Amino acid sequence: MNPAQTFRVALRALIRNKMRSFLTALGVIIGVAAVIAMVAIGEGAKARVAESFSSMGSNLLIVMSGSTTRGGAFGGFGSMPTITWDDLKAVQTEVPAVRTATAELRTTVQVQSEDQNWATMVIGTTPEYFEVRSWSLARGSGFTQSDVEGGNKVAILGQTVVDKLFGSYSDPVGQSVRIKNVPFQVIGVLAKKGQSQMGQDNDDTLIIPQTTFQAKIRGGLQKYIQGIIMVSAVSTEDTPKAQTQITDLLRDRHHLQADADNDFSIRNLTELASAMQAGVSTITTLLAAIAAVSLLVGGIGIMNIMLVSVTERTREIGIRMAVGAKSRHILAQFLVEALVLSMAGGLIGVGLGVLAAQRLASAFGWPMQIRLDIVLISVIFSALVGVVFGLYPARKASRLDPIEALRFE
Amino acid sequence: MKKGITMAASEAILRLESVTKTYQMGDVSVPALVEVSLTIDEGDFVAIMGASGSGKSTLMNILGCLDRPTSGRYFLAGRDVSRLDRDTLAEIRNHTIGFVFQNFNLLARTSALENVELPLVYGGLPTRDRQARAREALARVGLADRVAHHSNQMSGGQQQRVAIARAMVSQPKIILADEPTGNLDSRTSQEIIALLQAQIGAQLPSPEAAII
Ligand SMILES: Nc1ncnc2c1ncn2[C@@H]1O[C@H](COP(=O)(O)OP(=O)(O)O)[C@@H](O)[C@H]1O
Ligand SMILES: [Mg+2]
Repeated sequence: MNPAQTFRVALRALIRNKMRSFLTALGVIIGVAAVIAMVAIGEGAKARVAESFSSMGSNLLIVMSGSTTRGGAFGGFGSMPTITWDDLKAVQTEVPAVRTATAELRTTVQVQSEDQNWATMVIGTTPEYFEVRSWSLARGSGFTQSDVEGGNKVAILGQTVVDKLFGSYSDPVGQSVRIKNVPFQVIGVLAKKGQSQMGQDNDDTLIIPQTTFQAKIRGGLQKYIQGIIMVSAVSTEDTPKAQTQITDLLRDRHHLQADADNDFSIRNLTELASAMQAGVSTITTLLAAIAAVSLLVGGIGIMNIMLVSVTERTREIGIRMAVGAKSRHILAQFLVEALVLSMAGGLIGVGLGVLAAQRLASAFGWPMQIRLDIVLISVIFSALVGVVFGLYPARKASRLDPIEALRFE
Repeated sequence: MKKGITMAASEAILRLESVTKTYQMGDVSVPALVEVSLTIDEGDFVAIMGASGSGKSTLMNILGCLDRPTSGRYFLAGRDVSRLDRDTLAEIRNHTIGFVFQNFNLLARTSALENVELPLVYGGLPTRDRQARAREALARVGLADRVAHHSNQMSGGQQQRVAIARAMVSQPKIILADEPTGNLDSRTSQEIIALLQAQIGAQLPSPEAAII
């Protein structure tokens, strides 16, 4: 009896009991689908984290006023700022591992065009901002150092602000918007960036020179930066180096004693991103492991049904033995049946898992990543489940006594 | 069964030497065959008769290599088969013996053709030859037009014809039939016996022995 014949006999036996075969395979189907979907979603989440962090800017470090040890990560807020505009200049010019740096002041205000009105995040910054955040312009141009020095009333609009104030298809460059009743000339439109990692709309923003921001939007403190410094390191590998160099520089500039805490804090977003990705990976692995357990339960279901099937078909086994089936023929027949069940379950599970992942991904607005290695492992694992859990019933069938099997009612 | 039947022993195809079969039911041993010796020659057509419970089926099962004697020896075509392992016995059943049961023992929900093919499947014949030979065998028992019928779509007599076709399809040396007409009415029984005789007498290439 060749493998193709064995396969055909097994398939016929399974088709004969369609409903039961399906229900038996269901355990494996759900197990595999769950594993595939979990991993796909987890990978999607990881990609999403990476994507949103890279949308913040490349090799980004953030320097904030206030110490982390005293008030937690956001200790700087509400307290007196400690970082000065001169500190920014020093970071820009004196730190070798720093490519470029900028400051970001932000507040939410109403912005008006001639006939529309929209509350958005206004950012006061320096010309380096666009480079630090790797943010290019879709139209017009950014502002220059002379705009900053002159406190010029120029604005660069995010795409969402353009949509709200001027409509999606119009070109606002050259027109004017009013911020706190002060007219600003629109000189550029930012390229669309999408959601940030916090789920905020990056494009719902309006950028103006920091001097204008302090003069017209929110009064500043002259010397101190009431916001954060954003630093772009020379390379990803150099971000830790940039962090220590900036720390040394600022401690020196702030005349801190050796045993004193930093009066500022630095966050390395590249590290944060990989930490978050590692966290997502752990959760993904955990979920996939739980899903894999359900695959095992599916295997037990196969064993259960195969045992019932062997008992039910005792006579058939007797007949086959009477006309010359050897033990291994019967063993192969039932083993292949279990294998076909579990493999079919595995394959259907893969399809279902991919479908579920797609559904969930689009529901969460996440990218989805099907990992082929996981698909392969799942199918192989379900085949293994079939063999392992099919072996006992198949052996039982193959060891039946022909006479007793024939006499079985 | 206690008496021995001995025939003229020139070319014995089957030979039992003091075969005993004892069933063990818990503490009780049930002797079904005690010291049975018999010889059957090639070409013989032998009927074994006895009351119900006298051990006919037990004897047939041993002769058909479906069961092994508790003691004694069984020579089949000169070879002692009383202590062979189950796979070797399966091979002998497949090549050398055709068995017809009282209750037909056809595979349920399976066509006549496939039932008849079954011994050839385990004999390792390619599909083409198998189907051709199975069709031939079915034609010989007068069921050429019933190849696609399932067992439950046929009368008892037709089912037993399929079983006979199955027993003969691999051209065995020995045909064993254990009360093949036990489940049939008397008219059909006569037809089946006639068919068996005709098949064994005329149409098998080398009919060696048949026992009913
Ligand atoms: N599996 C078995 N276990 C116990 N006793 C059995 C078994 N098979 C047959 N017997 C006993 O052996 C005797 C012979 O049975 P059997 O060969 O079936 O007789 P027959 O076919 O002539 O009617 C009977 O007494 C029966 O009860
Ligand atoms: Mg009997």
